[in-house]
Amino acid sequence: MLGSIGEDRVFYRILVESETVTGYPDLPVPASPPSGLEPVYYTAEFQDVFVRIAAVERAVLVAGMPKTVSILVAQTQSAKDAIVAQMTNRAALLGIGFFAVAAALSILTARSVLRPVNDLAEAVGRRGPHDLRPVVRSVPRELQPMVRALNGFIGRLQGALTRTETFIAEAAHHIRTPLATLRTQAETALRLTEDDAMRARIRSMIRSVDDSARSASQLLDHAAVVYRTDQRTEESLDLGSLIARVCDRFRPAADLRDIVIATQLPTQPVTIVADLLLLESALRNLIDNAVKYSHVDGQIDVRLEQDAGRAVITVMDRGRGLDGAQKADLTDRFRRGANVGDVVGSGLGLTIVREVARAQSGRFDLTERDGGGACAVLSLPLG
Amino acid sequence: MRGIVLALGLILSTVASALWALDIEEERSFPALDGSGDSELAILSTTDTVVFAPVIVAFQTRNPSVTVRYTVASTTSVFGAIHNEGAAFDVVVSSAMDLQMKLANDGLAQGYRSDRTLALPEWARWRDRLFGFAQEPVVTVLNRAAFAGVPLPRTRADLIRLMRDRPDMLRGRIGTYDPNVSGAGYLFATQDARQSDTYWRLSEVMGGLSPRLYATSSAMLSDLKEGRIVLAYNVLGSYAATRPDPDESLLIVEPEDFTHILLRTALIARASEQPELAAAFVDFLLSPEGQAVVDTETGLPAISAQHLRAGPHLRPIRLDPGLLVFVDPLMRQRFLSEWSSAVLQR
Repeated sequence: MLGSIGEDRVFYRILVESETVTGYPDLPVPASPPSGLEPVYYTAEFQDVFVRIAAVERAVLVAGMPKTVSILVAQTQSAKDAIVAQMTNRAALLGIGFFAVAAALSILTARSVLRPVNDLAEAVGRRGPHDLRPVVRSVPRELQPMVRALNGFIGRLQGALTRTETFIAEAAHHIRTPLATLRTQAETALRLTEDDAMRARIRSMIRSVDDSARSASQLLDHAAVVYRTDQRTEESLDLGSLIARVCDRFRPAADLRDIVIATQLPTQPVTIVADLLLLESALRNLIDNAVKYSHVDGQIDVRLEQDAGRAVITVMDRGRGLDGAQKADLTDRFRRGANVGDVVGSGLGLTIVREVARAQSGRFDLTERDGGGACAVLSLPLG
Repeated sequence: MRGIVLALGLILSTVASALWALDIEEERSFPALDGSGDSELAILSTTDTVVFAPVIVAFQTRNPSVTVRYTVASTTSVFGAIHNEGAAFDVVVSSAMDLQMKLANDGLAQGYRSDRTLALPEWARWRDRLFGFAQEPVVTVLNRAAFAGVPLPRTRADLIRLMRDRPDMLRGRIGTYDPNVSGAGYLFATQDARQSDTYWRLSEVMGGLSPRLYATSSAMLSDLKEGRIVLAYNVLGSYAATRPDPDESLLIVEPEDFTHILLRTALIARASEQPELAAAFVDFLLSPEGQAVVDTETGLPAISAQHLRAGPHLRPIRLDPGLLVFVDPLMRQRFLSEWSSAVLQR
């Protein structure tokens, strides 16, 4: 029996009555003696270790006299402890392993689940401020309701914007025609009257009508620019001849105030791919601004150069300049400089230029010119 | 100051060693090779100094600052010194597996675990306390001249038949250990009895032929060589194999029914105050280098699982608490009385 125990230390003690016959005399006896044939099991400390003890008691005839013989067998628990420790370690390792795998998998899963959402958010975020096309990316089935809702929202937004622009354009158009009639009537009245005070009043009325007409036409321009930004027709065109044409159109108005428009254009054609109407209205507004704010007898310099794959249009005047205002402020809608109260204007001109620059992937910069005046620079990529 | 302490220590240790009343057969000091003498490793052993010296010298070559005090005593003296008197030794080396087992079981050995000890085969160590470093077969040795023309007994059954068939040749000329005086003889006898019932039949037949009883293997082999006996049963094979035998008068037989393998074991004493040094010695003893020295220079076969696989009849005596059964005084008394009635027939 002792042989099967293997790795554990074993102890035993045999007593007749209460006298130890053999074995380890210090091995503790059970607290209550075993009854019947069943052994008692108990744990006790022996030689500084805990041992598990089994004790049995039998009555034996010794020389005709019945004697009680007790047998105690004890065993250390190191093999059992080692097994328990090993199993505990294994279970712990297994648990940690499972946890690590589960954590790794859940991170992977979360990433792969969130990736389409992030992709979608990034795609929508990358769009320009006026890009209101519906989203057509292929997305997981779970995201389709969201994309449908997003597209529905975009559609409604676009509808609302279109309606607004259409309304403005309609309104401007409807105002412009009666204004023209009103101006004709006023001019007729001016010719017919002799009274100086009345003439002065009628002149101020004509100026107000001009002001309104210009605002209406700029509103129309702006609406056209916004509309064409979404649905522009690109074509290859020569920028030099376009600038010359626009400048020629402004010469009569400039001559009235003795302003010279000096152009400096390259002899070779400068070809870019752009929407003709958009570009024309940007140039028109730039030069209109320059003429408007230039002093009488002044000179406006219009230049076209090529620089690093871009066409750079510079319009410079000797007017009152920006007076410290920031270009970003001046290009907001209906925003005008603080120093222009006496000049007719709607505050839409620079907004239109900026919109065009953006639609044509170009840049628009407005700075003070050395020696007074403003310097407007519109650069566009060469086609 | 240091001198006084040293002197006191010497006096105390002298007194102490006198108190242990250790029945020392031989004591020798191997001074440190570099002469420093900082640390001393005390080994208590049952193996003769001349046999074990190469191992100590090889260990010192690796650890030149270690002085080794090597004390030889009988197996029972070694056991008594450690178990009852708490003698201060670091390493205990003994061939008495049962007594070493009793020391380990009773908590007198320190646990030690290293790659070397874990590399030992399962049967060559017990937990992290007992480490086998040599395996010796327990064999039957015959006088070659006397057995000329006689079929050699290959098993214990053959031996019984031989004794019955040729009582005249063997009467008074069989030698075996007296288990009453020899610890090894007692171990072999009890293990034989545990292994097979044939042992008791063999003992009774042997007892009918008035065997000579010996206390040591070497005395038995001397008589065998000189022809005073012709058959020695249960002799340590290593003694027979390494004994100078120019005229090849000895014939070693490993019984084919079973041949026990005795393990020489080392343990680190609980009383050791320098367990690291003791552990270093145990590690060296079990290292390939140490095992090679054991195998080639001491004549004790090194631990080899391969050798055991090659011989299916070889059975290592199991190094487990089963050895404790016959250490019990009541069991010992009973076994010896049975043995006496079988062999001495009285």
